[in-house]
Amino acid sequence: MHDMTAHAAAHHAPPQGFIRKYVFSVDHKVIGIQYTALGLVSAFIGMALSWAMRIHLAWPTASIPFLGTLSPNGAPGGVPTPEYYLSLMTMHGTIMAFFLLTAAPMAGFGNFMLPIHVGAADMAFPRLNMASFWVTFVGFVLACATFFIPDGPPLSGWTAYAPLSAVGAVAGPGQGWGQNLWGLSIALFCVASLLGALNFIVTTIDLRTKGMTLSRLPLATWAWFINAWVSLLAFAVLLPTCLLLVLDRLGGTSFFIPGGLVINDKMLPHSGGSPLLFQHLFWFFGHPEVYIIILPAFGIVAHVMPTFTRKPLVGGWKVITYAMAAIGGLSFVVWGHHMFVSGMSPYMAMVFSVPTLIITIPSVIAVLVFAFSLYGANMRFTTPMLFCLGFISLFISGGIGGFFLAQPAVDSYLHATSFVVGHFHFTMGLSAVFAAFAGFYYWFPKMWGRMMNETLGKIHFWLSFVLVYCVFMTLHLMGLTGSVRRYSQFVADFMVPLTPTNRFITIAALLLGATQFIFFYNVIWSRFKGPKAADNPWQATTLEWDTTSPPPFDNFGGRQMTVYHGPMEYDGDAFVMQTSTEKSIAGT
Amino acid sequence: MPGKVFAVVVVIITLAIGYCVVAHVWWMPVDISVHGPNIDHQIEETVFGAGILFIAGQLVLAAFSFLYGDSKGARKMKSFPGGAKPLIIFAFVVVGIEILVLSFVGSKAWGSVYFTPPDPNSVRVDVQAGQFAFYFRYPGSDGKFGPLHPELINEGSQNFFGLDTDHDADSKDDIVTAELAIPVNKPVLLTLHSKDMGHSFDVRELRVQQDFVPGIVIPIHFTATQTGKFEIVCTQLCGLGHYNMKAYLEVMSQPDFDNWVKQQAAMQ
Repeated sequence: MHDMTAHAAAHHAPPQGFIRKYVFSVDHKVIGIQYTALGLVSAFIGMALSWAMRIHLAWPTASIPFLGTLSPNGAPGGVPTPEYYLSLMTMHGTIMAFFLLTAAPMAGFGNFMLPIHVGAADMAFPRLNMASFWVTFVGFVLACATFFIPDGPPLSGWTAYAPLSAVGAVAGPGQGWGQNLWGLSIALFCVASLLGALNFIVTTIDLRTKGMTLSRLPLATWAWFINAWVSLLAFAVLLPTCLLLVLDRLGGTSFFIPGGLVINDKMLPHSGGSPLLFQHLFWFFGHPEVYIIILPAFGIVAHVMPTFTRKPLVGGWKVITYAMAAIGGLSFVVWGHHMFVSGMSPYMAMVFSVPTLIITIPSVIAVLVFAFSLYGANMRFTTPMLFCLGFISLFISGGIGGFFLAQPAVDSYLHATSFVVGHFHFTMGLSAVFAAFAGFYYWFPKMWGRMMNETLGKIHFWLSFVLVYCVFMTLHLMGLTGSVRRYSQFVADFMVPLTPTNRFITIAALLLGATQFIFFYNVIWSRFKGPKAADNPWQATTLEWDTTSPPPFDNFGGRQMTVYHGPMEYDGDAFVMQTSTEKSIAGT
Repeated sequence: MPGKVFAVVVVIITLAIGYCVVAHVWWMPVDISVHGPNIDHQIEETVFGAGILFIAGQLVLAAFSFLYGDSKGARKMKSFPGGAKPLIIFAFVVVGIEILVLSFVGSKAWGSVYFTPPDPNSVRVDVQAGQFAFYFRYPGSDGKFGPLHPELINEGSQNFFGLDTDHDADSKDDIVTAELAIPVNKPVLLTLHSKDMGHSFDVRELRVQQDFVPGIVIPIHFTATQTGKFEIVCTQLCGLGHYNMKAYLEVMSQPDFDNWVKQQAAMQ
């Protein structure tokens, strides 16, 4: 295997000049940072969109700063129209789910760390890797461009159900070029994800250095590896789905549009398509997608936590890895639980309900592994450790909602309520974000060579943790009343009395958003003014801590790394690096 | 210290959530359907089962961060006794039992809505959803619905369903309304179809939520057990007016319903 490593190092020489070094770079570390930066920008845009939505929901007549300037038609005087509210919602979901949650934990940290974790000099296909990022970037630009075209962004939600998304401008504002650009943007994102997944898989299989057996692979890399397989299969379905959607819109086909549709008293020229086909195709991708988001989170927590509990995870590498693999596999047979009330055969609902409940078993095993690994530990309460603990708490809370929504009869009441919004924000949203924060605070010293401010980090954690519960648990509870999601105003009779609850959520959400500025400030300040980071500030064991902070161009300064141990050789203050020839102390 | 603070915060959050659920601070409206108690029963069962897992999970997390959150002492590391085996067995047994119970109870509740055929004597109402209104059609005195001609749909002339009353005898006495009236304690069969987008028929009190899918007709049947006026809302994103797409369901006594039908027939 080490021959392959040498081969990969010979792929490309150190780059010269600003453009090759920082823009069109083939260095996996630069690409990792580019993806991370894209994630941060997406997080900011997505968050700002959610503020506009929350303010409008709580105070429907309030003028929202900047919104009137961004879109004089969509938000005259800063007050969003009902259709512009839906556009904000659509783009919030799209930007957050794809460009932050899918991209940052996997392509961001994964690109930077995976080759280093396996002891390689770069990804297996560095040029392909560069292409992945820049294709993603073009997709991102197309998505953002929808804000600046005359009819604005699409309003059909991140799920883009047909026929609303398929019939064109006749379906409403934003359903013209906004929806076309959306389809192309997501198609590009799929291409980039497929290329990235291939790269992750080949790198993990082929470029592992001497002694880096699969059982010694760091758990974050295990998660990225498993996740790459899930991505490969899932995005391979979303890509054609987006293209078929665009064909229905621009090419006159009728994949997703049935005959006999009448809009504004005019019959559409389509016939023979199936809206349910779109839902099946979308969710065949869409459910694995939520695991594509959460598996790297599991991996990051599994990687970060033992460093601060100073002991291996319960069950070693095997139990958590098998649990992640089981989740990845089962994720492909549960998609129908999004469609219990869709008009799909009610017998199919039972068929999808059972695997959906079964997938909780490996999920519960993973959570138990994390929680019971705290038993008998000497925890070091660094910011990354706090975010790991927060992750466990949030994932338990989010997972519990899954028991409700997995059952067709219960879902028939809770479907499309704010319970669902609370549920998926807890699981694929905030759990993944908390894990990403754990990873960010943990790896920042390695990625930029400086330590982050711990005090600011802790303030960021405590406020975020409490406010996340205020926002998203309240959404769960409000959903029990049947409060409907995706409404731009609470005008249904039974929803009017929920206005105070709604305002409470909005205030908590705005504070939660404000809290993130502590993080942004910490990132910028620490990047330039933070104390210089040692090579191994956390006393960790894996290969990224066995090189300088930040690592040199070829990752290990020409050294050939040889691995003798698993990644979790901790026993209190004592620890054994993976490359150390000392005796194992944790027996992993 | 931070371990103890984290433990206290998690316990407070858990208690607050537990209180809101037990005290029904936010809760379902009273059910008015025959099948509804099955669904409510299942929801309560899930609240109980999942609630125990939730509280247990959070408390274990809190307890461990309380007990092992002190990094100062040079305490020897301990591993969880028995390693991962008891955890795996717990997950398979406890969660497995919960899954079996929920699936069994659940299939009964779901089956009571979807696996039973509609009563042949049901009151039949044809429901059409379109951007952004529901319309309801009763078969009239002949008991037959006239065929639909989507090309004839014309909101201006109030031909919401696309009926051809000049040529189709069955359509002549069809009654089209903007409100859904049904008799109490009588089985009702709705046939849902959409003229444009995906929509949904959701009445919280009936414990009925069913999407409209363009291109197919979806039957749904239920029996209401209480008279009163209830809101029908659209829960499937259908465009800009989605938030305001609603109608009313009025559950009436049989005589009131008969009168209502007569009145509506006269108004056509």
